[in-house]
Formats: sequence, C-alpha cells, structure tokens
Amino acid sequence: MEVPIRATGLLGFTFFSLLFFVCTSSPLHSLFISNAERRIDATSHIVKVYLTLKVENAGSTPTSEVLLAFPPTQVDHLATVEVLVTKGKRKKTTLVRLDVKPTELPDAPDGAKYFTIFLANPLNSGESTTLEVLYLFTHSLEPFPAEIGQSESQLVHYRDSALILSPYHIKQQTSFIKTPSRKVESFTRVEPTNHAGTEIKYGPYEDRPPYSFSPILIHFENNSPFPVVEELVREVEISHWGNLQVTEQYTLVHGGARHKGVFSRVDFQSRPTLSGASSLRHLLARLPPRVHSVYYRDEIGNISSSHLRTDSRKSELEIEPRYPLFGGWKATFVIGYGLPLQDFLFESSDDRRYLNFTFGCPLLETVVDKLTVKVVLPEGSKDPSAVVPFPVDQHLETKYSYLDVVGRTVVVMEKKNLVPVQNSHFQVYYTFKPIFMLAEPLMLASAFFLFFVACVAYLHIDLSIRK
Amino acid sequence: MPILPNMPVLDLVKSFKLKTKQQELLIRVSILCLVYVLAFITRLFSVLRYESMIHEFDPYFNYRTTLYLTQNGFYDFWNWFDYESWYPLGRIVGGTLYPGLMVTAALIYRILHFLRFAVHIREVCVLTAPSVAGSYDNEGVAIFALLFTFYLFVKAVNTGSLAWSLASAFGYFYMVSAWGGYVFIINLIPLYVLVLLITGRYSMRLYVAYNCMYVLGMLLAMQIRFVGFQHVQSGEHMAAMGVFFLLQVFYFLDWVKHMLSDTKLFQAFLRITVTCAVAVGAIALGLGMLSGYISPWTGRFYSLLDPTYAKDHIPIIASVSEHQPTAWSSFMFDFHILLFLFPAGLYFCFKRLSDATIFIVMYGLTSMYFAGVMVRLILVATPAVCLVSAIAVSATVKNLTVLLRSKNKGVQTGSTKGSSSSKASSKALLDQSQPFQKNGAIALLFGAFYLLSKYATHCTWVTSEAYSSPSIVLAARGAHGSRVIFDDYREAYFWLRQNTPPDAKVMSWWDYGYQITAMGNRTVIVDNNTWNNTHIATVGRAMSSYEDEAIEIMRSLDVDYVLVVFGGVTGYSSDDINKFLWMVRIGGGVFPVIKEPDYLVNGEYRVDKGAAPKMLNCLMYKLCYYRFGEMLTEYGKPPGYDRARGVEIGNKDIKLEHLEEAFTTSNWIVRIYKVKPPNNRW
Repeated sequence: MEVPIRATGLLGFTFFSLLFFVCTSSPLHSLFISNAERRIDATSHIVKVYLTLKVENAGSTPTSEVLLAFPPTQVDHLATVEVLVTKGKRKKTTLVRLDVKPTELPDAPDGAKYFTIFLANPLNSGESTTLEVLYLFTHSLEPFPAEIGQSESQLVHYRDSALILSPYHIKQQTSFIKTPSRKVESFTRVEPTNHAGTEIKYGPYEDRPPYSFSPILIHFENNSPFPVVEELVREVEISHWGNLQVTEQYTLVHGGARHKGVFSRVDFQSRPTLSGASSLRHLLARLPPRVHSVYYRDEIGNISSSHLRTDSRKSELEIEPRYPLFGGWKATFVIGYGLPLQDFLFESSDDRRYLNFTFGCPLLETVVDKLTVKVVLPEGSKDPSAVVPFPVDQHLETKYSYLDVVGRTVVVMEKKNLVPVQNSHFQVYYTFKPIFMLAEPLMLASAFFLFFVACVAYLHIDLSIRK
Repeated sequence: MPILPNMPVLDLVKSFKLKTKQQELLIRVSILCLVYVLAFITRLFSVLRYESMIHEFDPYFNYRTTLYLTQNGFYDFWNWFDYESWYPLGRIVGGTLYPGLMVTAALIYRILHFLRFAVHIREVCVLTAPSVAGSYDNEGVAIFALLFTFYLFVKAVNTGSLAWSLASAFGYFYMVSAWGGYVFIINLIPLYVLVLLITGRYSMRLYVAYNCMYVLGMLLAMQIRFVGFQHVQSGEHMAAMGVFFLLQVFYFLDWVKHMLSDTKLFQAFLRITVTCAVAVGAIALGLGMLSGYISPWTGRFYSLLDPTYAKDHIPIIASVSEHQPTAWSSFMFDFHILLFLFPAGLYFCFKRLSDATIFIVMYGLTSMYFAGVMVRLILVATPAVCLVSAIAVSATVKNLTVLLRSKNKGVQTGSTKGSSSSKASSKALLDQSQPFQKNGAIALLFGAFYLLSKYATHCTWVTSEAYSSPSIVLAARGAHGSRVIFDDYREAYFWLRQNTPPDAKVMSWWDYGYQITAMGNRTVIVDNNTWNNTHIATVGRAMSSYEDEAIEIMRSLDVDYVLVVFGGVTGYSSDDINKFLWMVRIGGGVFPVIKEPDYLVNGEYRVDKGAAPKMLNCLMYKLCYYRFGEMLTEYGKPPGYDRARGVEIGNKDIKLEHLEEAFTTSNWIVRIYKVKPPNNRW
C-alpha cells in the first residue's frame, strides 16, 4: 500500500515543481489570498468542498474578477460550483450568490481549468473580500480494493492536493477532510498534518506561491451506498384538462466497490449491520406536494415495495429496488405520478403560457450521469422555448399519444453529471389556443355518432338480391 | 301508413312504439351486451387484485413472441431462430408454434395504434385471454375459432351452401393457426358426418359442406409450418381423410343406385363395392403405417384415449398438473348447476332431432369425455356444456311460459269469443286443471330464475377466488390479517436480467424456462416447450446426481447459473423439492443410472433425517437447503424446519464445492447459484 502513494507523491512533486516554474514566468497578479480554509466532506459519495477565501487586492487597479483553478482530473468530476459572498455588517449579513463561469486561459499551466467569479462590486486597491465557495465532486471516491465480499466494508481512495490550487499567492491556508468513520487506513502526510477522530487536518501552511500543489491520497472507510443514476429520462406531459403527468425512467447502479463472490441471504438477513453494510437498500424521492396516482414499476411489472408519505409541503416516496443493490449491481425502474396543473403552469405577461418545473432528479443523495428532460406540450401548441439556469443541449421532437393527429411537440433538454443541489427550476414557454382542447372529445363523439348512424342505416337497408 | 291530420300526437307516439320484431331485437342485443359486459368484468378481477400482468408459464412465451412480432415484423418472426432457449440446440420458433394468438394480438395492437390509441402491447396481451385477464394463452383465440368453425360448418350443413362451407374452412384455418386442439375439430367433424351417414341423414348438403370444408381446410392448414404435411400423414388426421373417401364412395353408390333400377343387382354391387373400399382403405392405411409414411399417434393423443397411458410411458406428460384427469370436485366447482342441466339439455336435443342438434349432442358428449381425461380440456367442454344447458333452460322456460300464456289466452278467448267449438272445449278441460298448473309453473319459473342467478354469482365467485391469481406473485394473509405479497419470482428474474452477463446460461427445471427467457432475458437449457425429452432428462439427471457428477453435466452444457425454487421458508408447496421425483423419473427414463428407489425409503419420499442418503446429497437437495440449517423459520421449531413439508431437514451441514450462492430472494423462494470456473491446474 505504501508503494503507490510514494510513487504518486514523486509524480506530484515533479508536477508541483513544473507548475512552480511555469508560474514564476507568468506576469504577476495583483490579487492575493490572505487566508483560505477548505473543508472537504467525504462522508457520502458526493464530495462536498466548502472553501472560504479572503481575497485582497494588492495592485493599483480595481478588479472585479477572481479566478478559481482546478486540476484537469478534478474538473471532469466537478458537478457544480457556487460562490456566495456575505453582505452587510455584523448580525445583518445576507448571502449573495455571485456569477461563476468556466473560463479558458491561454497560458494555463498543465491543463489547469478555471472558473471566473464575477464580483458584485469591483475590489479596489487595498480592499479585501471573503468568498464562500461550494463545489461538489462526483465519482471522486475510488473504491480500493475495487472488489469486496459481502461481509467486508468498503474502503475508498480520495485524491486531492494538500495545498489549494490557485493562480494567486496564498498567505495562509488550512484544509480539513471529514471522513464518515474513524477508520482511516492511511493518508499522505504533508507536515503539519493531524488526524483526530473523523477529521484530518492539513496545515496551516504559510506563504505558498501560485499553483502550489502537493498531492495527497487518503484511504478510508466509507460504507455509504453509492447510488448512481447512469441515465434518467424525465418526461413531463402537460394536459390542459388539469393534469401534469411525470414519468421518470431510471437506470440505477451502485457505484461503490464491486460485489465479489457469494451473496448469502442468511447473513444479509441475520446480520444487517455487518453484512452488506454498503449495500443500497432503499432510496428516498422527494416529490412535489399534492402528488397523485404514483406508480413504481419496471419492465416486468409493478414493484410492491414502496411507501408514499404526503403532507401539505412535500411528498416523500420511499422506494426499495426489487433486491438490495451491491456494488456494481444494476436496477432499472420507472416512477410515474400525476400533479395538479395549476401548481406548475402559469400565464406570462405576453399571453404565453409557461411551465415551471424542477430540472433535476428527485432522488436524494444521488448522482445523475446523464439526464434528459422531455416536456411534452399539448397538441396544437406553438413556439416553444426553454429557459434553463445552466447550459443544456436542446432539441425538439414529436410524440404521438392517444388520439393525436399532428403529434405533440416535445422539448428535449440534456445535461450530464448532475447532483441534487442543482434541482433548480426551468421554464418552458409556449402558446396554446384553448379550442384545441376540444378536438379530441369532438373526434370521439363524432366517431360514436357515425357508428350509430351506420348501425341505424344497416338495420334499415335490405341488401339481399332476391326479393 | 295514412296519417290522419287530426291526431298527429297520438300517431307520433304510436310510431315510436316498437314492433314485436324490433322489441325482440332490442332485448336480444341488450341481453348479449349485458352478458358481454359481465363476462368482461369478471375477467378483470386479477387486474384489480394484482396488476395488469401475464400469468402462469406458457403465456410468458406467447408474450415474448408477440413482443418480437410487433418489434421485428412478421417475416422476422416467421424465420425466428431462438438461440436463447434449449441451449445449445436452439429452437426454430417460427416453425414450432401456432402463430394465431400472436398474430391476432399484434393485429389488434396495430389497429389500435392506427386509431391513435397508444396502448402498450402488454395490455393487449393481458386482455386477449380465455379465462381471466392475463392468462394469455392459445386458448384465448382458439376457443372462439373452434366455436366459429363449428357454427359455420353446421350452417353449411343446414344450407348446403358453398359459401358457408368455405367460411368454415377459413374458420378452421384460423383454429389451426391458433392451437393444437384443432385435432379435435378434424376428428369431431368426420365423426359427425359418419354418424349422419349411419343414421341415414346423408344429403347433398352434407356432401357439399364436408368436401369443401375438408379439402380447402386441409390445404389452408398445411400452410401453417408447425402442421405442414402432418395434416395428410399423421395418424390423428387419418379419420378425416377416411371419411372423405367414404363420402365419395357413398356418393358413387347413390349415383349407381340412381342408374340401376334392379335392386338385387344393386345389393350385390353394394356389397362388392363396400368390401373393396374397406379393403383398399385398410391396405392403404396398413401400408402407410408400415412404410412410416403415416406417422403413428403421438403420446398426447394416446393419453387422451387412455388416461393411464402417459403415467406408464411418458412421465413428461404425466408430470404436468394440467394434464391430469379431472377430479369430480373440480367438475362440480366449475360447472355447478350445468352438470344437472346438461343431461336435460341432451334430452331436449334428442326430442327435437335435427342435423344441428345431433352436432351439439356429439360436441357435448365428446368434449365432456375429454374434459374428464384432462383438466385443461374443461375449456373445450365449457362452451358445449353451456350450449346444451342453455337449450335445457330455454326449453323449460318456454314450456312453462306457454303454459301460463295459454291459460290467459283461454280465459280471454272464452270471454270474448264464446262460440268456438272443439278447441274451446279442450281449453276448458285444460282450464279445470289450471290453477294448480299455473301456480306450479310460476313456482318453477321462480326456481329456474333463482338457480340461474345463483349460478351467475357462483361463477363470479369462482373466477374471483380460484382463477384470478397470477401464480407468479403469491399472496398470503399475514399475522394480523393483512395481505402479504411474495414477489420473489420477479425479484429473481429481474436480478438475472440486470446482474448477470448477457450470454449467461441458466439451468433450471423446465417449468421456469419460459419465465426466465421472458422476464430474465437469459438463455435457458430447457423450457416449457418440452420437445426434446433427452435434453430435459439430462437436466433431471444433473439435478438428481451428486455434485461432482452434476458438475460434469453442467460444464458440458456450458451452464453458468442454476436456479431452483424452494418453498421451505414460506410454506410454498409447489417447489422443486416436491417436483423432484418427476425429475428423477424423467431423468431415469433416459439414463438408467438414475433409479427412483434410491431416493425413497420404503417407497416413501422424505427429506428429514430418515431420508435416503442419495436424496440427502443430490444436487437438488443441496441447492435447496444450502445454509437452510441455520435458519429459524417458525417459532418453537428447531432451525432448518421446512414449512412446506413440515419436517426438520436431514442434512444441515451442506458444503458446496463447485457452485456458490449467487442470489437468494427475500423469502427464499428462488435461489440462484453460480457455477464456479474450474480450478487452475497449477
């Protein structure tokens, strides 16, 4: 176990020296960070990082942009970045969200990726501000060993840097890593390093130049299940008769250490804490209030193990897959429910209608690798346009449902790597004439009318040749 | 009708009043509609209690093929070679099934989609069922096709019309495409013709109807690949051909009789011709049999004629529960009052003897016999029993109402037209005995009404209680009276589908083959299409051998997973341990190394401490009871107490060498084991 760590350490050292070399040659920044504190929460399979940066402007010109840097390996797993800043003086502070956008820099050392934070007020020379940065990593805990038996607990590797990667000089910094249990197999030491309880503390480190990097590897126990939705297709169908039908198709996989060898039901039933500790037994979906006709099924029929709890503010659907999911095991299923239309459909000022609905996955603590949201507009609606708070791939489709003649317009939106924090709302605007609502009932009525007319006609016509 | 200008309102009312014929039509249509609605609703019990799902075993195959048909089109379906079953042999599905059901369901599906009803194919399949929604089996369309053919044929015999006869040939074609039970038609119709010949009811109408129906029906039936040339070669179809030739001889004789005026000469000619015809026929049949051109009767057909045949010769047919002879109780349970009305109906049929009633009588009697031989053939008998009983009820009610009405009329005629002669006097005679008769008739009518309504409620109750369980989801009552669902089968099949390699081969007893391929989407060694007895016997042999012998067989069949069904935890009695003796028998039928007495102790089958040593160590026992000895199933009983058989198991320390537990469902009903790869030699 020691050997790989040392090897990566060596590699990291060369990386670090290379970075250092590159950075010293780049023009000096006027900003620097006087104090940085980083808290990494690795208790579940989504790694949450809270970063507090105190940024100071030492230059002569005011600046309104601050850069965040990430190593390329982490950027691929980065699900979301959020920056908040405290406003107001003591006791009357409010948090304000700042704009963050991914940025490309031409002289980025070693493929580092950047996000630019746009400050609300430019930072004048000599001033300082405190930024609260929250970012989440998915698929960043690598199970090691990659395969475990039923009675073994799940151990994972977490890789990061003891020093915060930043294009700025950092005067003082500390990092804390929180593990789910006290059981830590090993961790890289970058003095001063301290392990107490469920927390490992790196630092404080003083006066580190820009792009300082010191790779660390932590090997610890994490017995929480790793529910990963490989693909989720959410279909929202609008009916102007008052119903919103939502159908969600899941491909769920346990992304933790792969299950190896025997699955024994005796052990699983009699020793639930020791046996299959990291298995995924149930999931919780948070659905909107006033949900009705909920179903939970898969390709071969209804799954009877689910519970629905509703109150006025939210509905909770607790579902169990047909079998407990061990590492690497898969399950596909469909959840469907109806919602009252008036809660989600509104009229905009320009006489258009819009649907306001959540974008993400209702399952808690779940990573979604690929999400497709389809909004099926009623037949006869025109000019659809979608407003989504983050970039998504969009296109239009046509779907035929009951008694459709021209088909319904479907707005399709796709996004990769999603975490529950991003369950923000999106809007789809369209125009629709209420007269189209009557098309289908009229069609049915006329079909029945024609049928009866045909019956009457048949009874009154004598078709025989001989008389 | 001339309209009087001064009474338009009265006339309008009169014109709305229906004529008798229209009234009759209205009543008829509304009764038929109500019957249809009731029949439809009773079939929905299973959907309401459980869900819209396919039941039992065979329907899963039908569903899978229908799915294939709707997804890949008819030509792919017709040429489908299914490598997911009968590994490594595979199965030519298009050539070994009756496609009528699937084509019907796919057609309904297409029409609905054309009309823009976006239903799922599963819903179509669930509602295309003979008994309850979900039992998507061939009988679903076959019973309709059977009755339709009979109806058209009787119509053809009654009218002598080629059109009806042609229609019945097409009805027969539909039946052949739907179910192997078409053999019943092709034997019953010749038998009926023969009876008509013997009873001297031969007519030109019969000649036209039968010849057209047989020739065209045969040609059409041969288009179904599964039937093909069997229709002219196999023993089961020979009766029809014989009757066909007999009819020709009859017609020829009739013609000769017409030409010859001398009766004596004709008698002599008749004798010679009949002898010759019989001799030629017998020689042809004998030669055909000997040369193998005409295949002998199949085992299933034999077992219909001799119910004990399968038990002694073909264990694979005898092992199926729906091939067992019907118990009296189940006759009573299913038919209820029809059992008493049936003979009465026969009596009424004989009373009004005609070509059509003779057919009903023959259909009723033969199907009743077959229903007695095999449980599943109750389905064939049901329409006949209903028909005959309906004749009884209808005739009785008609007689009673005539009695009631005639009296009323008598009174009326007596009061209005007193000047009638002999008729009036006879009526007066009747009138004297009438108060008693009238009351009796009313009482009998009420009795009939009561019985019929009781029968309707009984049928609804039977459907809801006995036939609406899908058998794939088990329901039981919990300790507090709540409903407990055991959904273990689907749990296991879905696990197989999601968590095993896509090319994994699963070995299980053949009962579960269709379900594993349909729901688990994995290759199976044997399935419910029991066409290859040796292959099934090989699986039976593996299950009843010791583990190290079984592993050789399993390796030779590339088996990756073994699936067994075990009811010891839940008390589910139709599990593999209870079916095990059939595996031994079927295995032993082909491989004499497997001997049934080895598994019995003094002729008794047991799994506890006193069980036979071979039983305690065979593969099936090990796989079912692996680690069951640690399990407490019932309060106050020792660990390893088998609730299905009510004993403590005999071998609690089971070690597996070549297999490992891969999955066991939450109630232990399905257990799946993985075959370990061979150990490295070095």
